[in-house]
Amino acid sequence: MTQEVENLIKKDYAAGFHTAIESDTLPPGLNEDVVRFISAKKEEPEWMLEWRLKAYRAWLEMKEPTWAEVQYPEIDFQAISYYSAPKSMADRPQSLDEVDPELLATYEKLGIPLHEQEMLAGVAVDAVFDSVSVVTTFRAKLEEAGVIFCPISEAVRRFPELVKKYLGTVVPQKDNYYAALNSAVFSDGSFVYIPKGVRCPMELSTYFRINEMNTGQFERTLIIADEGSHVSYLEGCTAPQRDENQLHAAVVELIALDNAQIKYSTVQNWYPGDAEGKGGIYNFVTKRGVAHTNAKISWTQVETGSAVTWKYPSCILKGDNSVGEFYSVALTNNFQQADTGTKMIHLGKNTRSTIVAKGISAGRSNSSYRGLVRINPGAEGARNYTQCDSLLIGDRCGAHTFPYIESKNPSAVIEHEATTSKVSDDQLFLCQQRGLDAEKAVSMIVNGFCREVFKELPMEFAVEAGKLLEVSLEGSVG
Amino acid sequence: MLSIKGLHAKVEEKDILKGLDIEINPGEVHAIMGPNGSGKSTLGNVLAGRPGYEATAGSVVFKGQDLLELDTEERAREGIFLAFQYPVEIPGVSNMEFLKVSVDAKRKHAGLPELSAVEFMKLARETSKRVDLDASFLKRGVNEGFSGGEKKRNEIMQMMLLEPDLCILDETDSGLDIDALQVVADGVNSMRDGKRSFIVVTHYQRLLDYIVPDYVHVLAGGRIVKSGNKDLALELEAKGYGWLENGEG
Repeated sequence: MTQEVENLIKKDYAAGFHTAIESDTLPPGLNEDVVRFISAKKEEPEWMLEWRLKAYRAWLEMKEPTWAEVQYPEIDFQAISYYSAPKSMADRPQSLDEVDPELLATYEKLGIPLHEQEMLAGVAVDAVFDSVSVVTTFRAKLEEAGVIFCPISEAVRRFPELVKKYLGTVVPQKDNYYAALNSAVFSDGSFVYIPKGVRCPMELSTYFRINEMNTGQFERTLIIADEGSHVSYLEGCTAPQRDENQLHAAVVELIALDNAQIKYSTVQNWYPGDAEGKGGIYNFVTKRGVAHTNAKISWTQVETGSAVTWKYPSCILKGDNSVGEFYSVALTNNFQQADTGTKMIHLGKNTRSTIVAKGISAGRSNSSYRGLVRINPGAEGARNYTQCDSLLIGDRCGAHTFPYIESKNPSAVIEHEATTSKVSDDQLFLCQQRGLDAEKAVSMIVNGFCREVFKELPMEFAVEAGKLLEVSLEGSVG
Repeated sequence: MLSIKGLHAKVEEKDILKGLDIEINPGEVHAIMGPNGSGKSTLGNVLAGRPGYEATAGSVVFKGQDLLELDTEERAREGIFLAFQYPVEIPGVSNMEFLKVSVDAKRKHAGLPELSAVEFMKLARETSKRVDLDASFLKRGVNEGFSGGEKKRNEIMQMMLLEPDLCILDETDSGLDIDALQVVADGVNSMRDGKRSFIVVTHYQRLLDYIVPDYVHVLAGGRIVKSGNKDLALELEAKGYGWLENGEG
């Protein structure tokens, strides 16, 4: 530990966090001292702390956005605790017998193997030889290729030059209210660097980051694909996280340098609240990538969880011939609300973007697609294709589409298609007449509706995503 | 096999069937004919348990069970198959997948193990040949972009795979050209095995040249007003329905 950091921690002690440090959890509330405390806990260098403080001060001046098609009670940011140390092994459930049986039943339906169930449920599995060895071989293989994949807190210490150079370049601290908050208080997240010309030897997944199981509600992810490199990153697990935290505000930044390709897949299934609309996660996420010359960024997301989703994974197509893709399935049931979509910002010449968004609404839920396609004056020959399809199940839910198109170059070609359909009684009857029960029928029809997006997911993920839809739709008919 | 006694049924508050009786034994083919609006399609839908088609009086016993007590999917698993007049499309769901889950649902109900993907694929390919559908149709979405004739052949293929005890064909001949009609009829005839029963609902006598019925019933005003053998169909072709309907008052 550097002298500097040690001093910093001492300073924090002096600032009156004595009891807090003992318990390793901060009392609710947010102020500059909280930001300093988090930074010190992470043993961060001074520049990182300054970066956070700058974000915090900006956040104080900002207003919570209200334009999204979602409604929720006002969030009291002073009622939230911004640091909670991961549970120690001793505090965790010692075996699956101690885990909520309903949660286990869901794992069962998803077909998750037993040792993974233990990991997901937070069972103390450090002693399990299997998972340790998996992680070890995994690390060795990546190191051999020169790939850096580690918690971002570790990257701040070990690779400060890389972090300094890229952090906040795609999503600046002041980008939006939640991004500013995240910048100030992010607890942890992933850092990925793929060296020039390297094709990452395996799909990178948060699954493998078991030491980071309990990352907080403010994750920060930074992925840098150097020139000519390729990487596919999978985020989230497909099991419900019974997280008690009400607010989740993550930031993801992708940088695809010349000729590089980044594929980022998400399956999000945070706790959606119960059938009456009580509880659940408010998910306010900022995800954005910048694609340099001939580079490609592809977002694929399957969103089935959270009470409120506010999320627009975007691409800045900066370099000539760069490509942006967005494939999305957003499913809402019961009282869930989702306002999600993408932004494709065409700056370079001959840039191309594709948007395929599928929204499914059931119960009394509301799902909105909100997308911006902007063609800047210099984006000669830019092309965009957008397809938004909404599927309604029942007659108490809603689907909305808000496409924004701004074209400042006459050579651009922009296509937009939108459809809204219902799972029809005739389709249901056909399935039931062939012996399927109504729930199986609906999930099959919905899976068919999502096919174009699912085929973009890595194979295993696609299977799990299908099963996840089935579980999420339970109780939506009948 | 199937015993219908005094069946009354309504659709959207409108009484359609008003005391219908039919007795069907194993292996028999019964044709139901009648003018538009007589309740022909309603009968098939009531038997299959289509939501919105409500039986209000009478009884239906199928293989010794009270059919009206069973859910739609249970009736299907017990062996009732309805070939649709207008088969719907299910975009994105492959025909193969759809067929496999329906066959598996039925097998599971019968206490049989599911077929492996390889076994099923082989079976599905053989069956598609029997109805003259190219195997590529198995990969396409259910009825997605199929022509009218292809949809009907797809229905017959499903019927063959599910091996029902009672097949109800609801105006399967509508919109078919002669060649497609021949394929459909050959398919149905190949399934006549002395045990399986059929209800063939049709508006025209033409289909009955290909699928020769044991009995022909005329449905008018929600009841069977005349029954006979296959010659009755020819008589109807010649004389129309008017003379029977008038008799009803």
